[in-house]
Amino acid sequence: MSTIVTLPDQRTATLPKVSYLNKEYGLKSWLLTGDHKRIAVLYLISITFFFFIGGAMAGLIRLELLTPPSDLLAADTYNKVFTAHGIIMVFLFLVPSVPATIGNFVIPIMVGAKDLAFPKINLLSWYLYVAAGCMLLWALVSGGVDTGWTFTTPLSTHYLNTHVVTAGLAVFVAGFSSIFTGLNFIVTIHRMRAPGMTWFRLPLFVWSHYAASILMVLGTPVLAITLTLVVLERTIGIGVFDPTKGGDPLLFQHLFWFYSHPAVYIMILPGMGVISEVMSTFSRKRVFGYTAVAFSSVAIAVFGFFVWAHHMFVMGISSYSALVFSLLTMLVAVPSAIKIFNWSATLYKGSITFETPMLYAFGFIGLFTIGGLTGVFLGSMGMDIHLTETYFIVAHFHFVMVGGMLMAYLSGVHFWWPKITGRMYPEGVSKLAAVITFVGFVLTFFPQFILGYLGMPRRYAAYPAEFQVLNVFSSAGASVLGVGYLLPLLYLTWSLKYGKIAGSNPWQATGLEWQIQSPPLTENFVETPIVTHEAYDYEWLESKKENEVPTVG
Amino acid sequence: MDSHTLAAQTSETAHIEHEHPPFLRHHFASVEQQRETATFGMWLFLLTEIMFFGGLFCSYLIFRNWYYPAFVVASHSLHLWAGTLNTTLLIISSFTMAMAVHASETRVRKALIGWMIATIILGCGFLCVKAYEWHDEWVEHHVPGLNFSPQGFLHGTHDYPDDKLQLDMAEKTQVYFSLYFAMTGMHALHMVIGVSLLSFLLFQAYGGKYVNGHVAPIENFGLYWHFVDIVWIFLFPLLYLISRHQ
Repeated sequence: MSTIVTLPDQRTATLPKVSYLNKEYGLKSWLLTGDHKRIAVLYLISITFFFFIGGAMAGLIRLELLTPPSDLLAADTYNKVFTAHGIIMVFLFLVPSVPATIGNFVIPIMVGAKDLAFPKINLLSWYLYVAAGCMLLWALVSGGVDTGWTFTTPLSTHYLNTHVVTAGLAVFVAGFSSIFTGLNFIVTIHRMRAPGMTWFRLPLFVWSHYAASILMVLGTPVLAITLTLVVLERTIGIGVFDPTKGGDPLLFQHLFWFYSHPAVYIMILPGMGVISEVMSTFSRKRVFGYTAVAFSSVAIAVFGFFVWAHHMFVMGISSYSALVFSLLTMLVAVPSAIKIFNWSATLYKGSITFETPMLYAFGFIGLFTIGGLTGVFLGSMGMDIHLTETYFIVAHFHFVMVGGMLMAYLSGVHFWWPKITGRMYPEGVSKLAAVITFVGFVLTFFPQFILGYLGMPRRYAAYPAEFQVLNVFSSAGASVLGVGYLLPLLYLTWSLKYGKIAGSNPWQATGLEWQIQSPPLTENFVETPIVTHEAYDYEWLESKKENEVPTVG
Repeated sequence: MDSHTLAAQTSETAHIEHEHPPFLRHHFASVEQQRETATFGMWLFLLTEIMFFGGLFCSYLIFRNWYYPAFVVASHSLHLWAGTLNTTLLIISSFTMAMAVHASETRVRKALIGWMIATIILGCGFLCVKAYEWHDEWVEHHVPGLNFSPQGFLHGTHDYPDDKLQLDMAEKTQVYFSLYFAMTGMHALHMVIGVSLLSFLLFQAYGGKYVNGHVAPIENFGLYWHFVDIVWIFLFPLLYLISRHQ
């Protein structure tokens, strides 16, 4: 198998003397930093922490579902466990995953800036994230929440005795963290680009983050006001969502999904950005149809705002509006398909190599396509009425979120790991982890499509005995998947000290971030770069190498 | 001239070029870029605020269409004079804030401090009137969830003898008051944040800041203050002026 990795001669290779990691020492220099790269590392650590808590909850769910009766967990404990899994994974992992870690790290470098536009707000966003995480942990430790991650009224406002207010406020605070990240990205991309860095020379990673940031900035405030109203209804007793006082629970659904459907695109768009970078680098080609891929990100963001009611087809909305929302939902498939086709076309006649990020990216393309196509099933009303609240839905959004986004996240972490740490991860074991993740994932979630089609409802601790075989498959897959996620944690930590020194551009990639030392200096660039070529211009890179004069001594 | 002195000279000129005002952050190329960036960020933040209040306005629109009679009668129970007074206070405070930005641009420290104090006083005045109104609504049992009673809406009032609702429609005034407290509450929260921020800026201006060309914080706070003002300009007719001619 061929490879494009060019590591410096390991006998003489050294890490740069000064970098963002060793410019200052001590806890204070990290906790009060304005450096986007350090904040990205802080985010990386805290997100990993919450990912494994959420993952442990998922493990509990799958263990309970190994057998038909509710034996390991009581039914109400089970409710709390899946709620914790949902809230943690959505608000504390998926929404900030790629943007707050990888995006935070590379976007300023990709546009040729020294930092994000508002470094202090960037730091504030991390503190808000941590505060939200602590509030949520407090809600879990002091007794848990069992609303599901959707805080559905009137269940959340009238019928439950759990810590809904604490959890609701935690999500509110996490929302502000996400708003500040999005705001920072938009302003940075508009105002901080280096000379010559025109919009259509930006890497597609930046475009997809721009689209996701628009969603964060416009959608999240609506979630904030919705949760405020839920909290006010629960504490004081105002009646906006309470039918006994004239309010309407369906209004809650409209407001909640007005954010929470676009939130799905907040989660997936940054992942698509990662895939664009990885596909292009390991095919040694410019992304096919650059402009189409760039605008498809924006199109997903725009369409994403007009499909929310497809979550409510069985909730008694008018059948005419359901018709329109069904059509609009299917329209989202168009820009998503443009991306998939263009990535596949990028591979055509490329010099493909199979490094770990590329394996994860292939995983993304296959699994996301299945997730996306089952989304079209669910967007058509007849199917949706049959499949609503079944495991088919669970399988669908896990294919998109875990099979899609998590694969993209791991792809990105491996791809930029040499830039972030200056060291390589071990290639052999990481390829193994990528394959294990893929196999474990398919084994976990494919049976759930069948279970859902057969009619197994979601959110119950017990199920009829006839469903056990498929559930055992799923639980077995979950344990394989768990190994797939633990492996990167172990070997990436190992590589911090023992990984090979990566040098500035191990992938021979074209992006601005690969033209500077790894790990970068605190101010990223010694001199402001002047951009004269397109993104992914591998021919330019080749000709540059041809003209290089080899030196002796 | 040998190359050595030439290099020294260039680095010296480079040093002069790099001289910049103390408030220029290291990651910006120029003061202008910094100011543009900050203002752009502020406008974007105000956009998120529009979406935040947008959820409430959307709910208002729906319920007002459903329960129009209840909204009319409940609206009549508010003090028109208090709403009008508050609207006046806020419009004047927007003027004083605009003058504060002007004073910062023309670098007149005394005027800057004076206009900021005036804005703070007007903002606090608004909050006092609002607190009086809320107290009054508490006394009249108009707070949903805590002490609500529809009795006041069944028999008409002195000023509006025709304001007689059936009991089930009178119950719907709870939605009006839920939205009233949520909307004016969120607005008042923004006022409290505004007054606090302005007090902090005043403290710094007292120490001599913002009259050396560093206008951006005052200017952007001004944008925030005008935004909060505009939200009230929408709230006033929507909450106080429903069908007052009846």
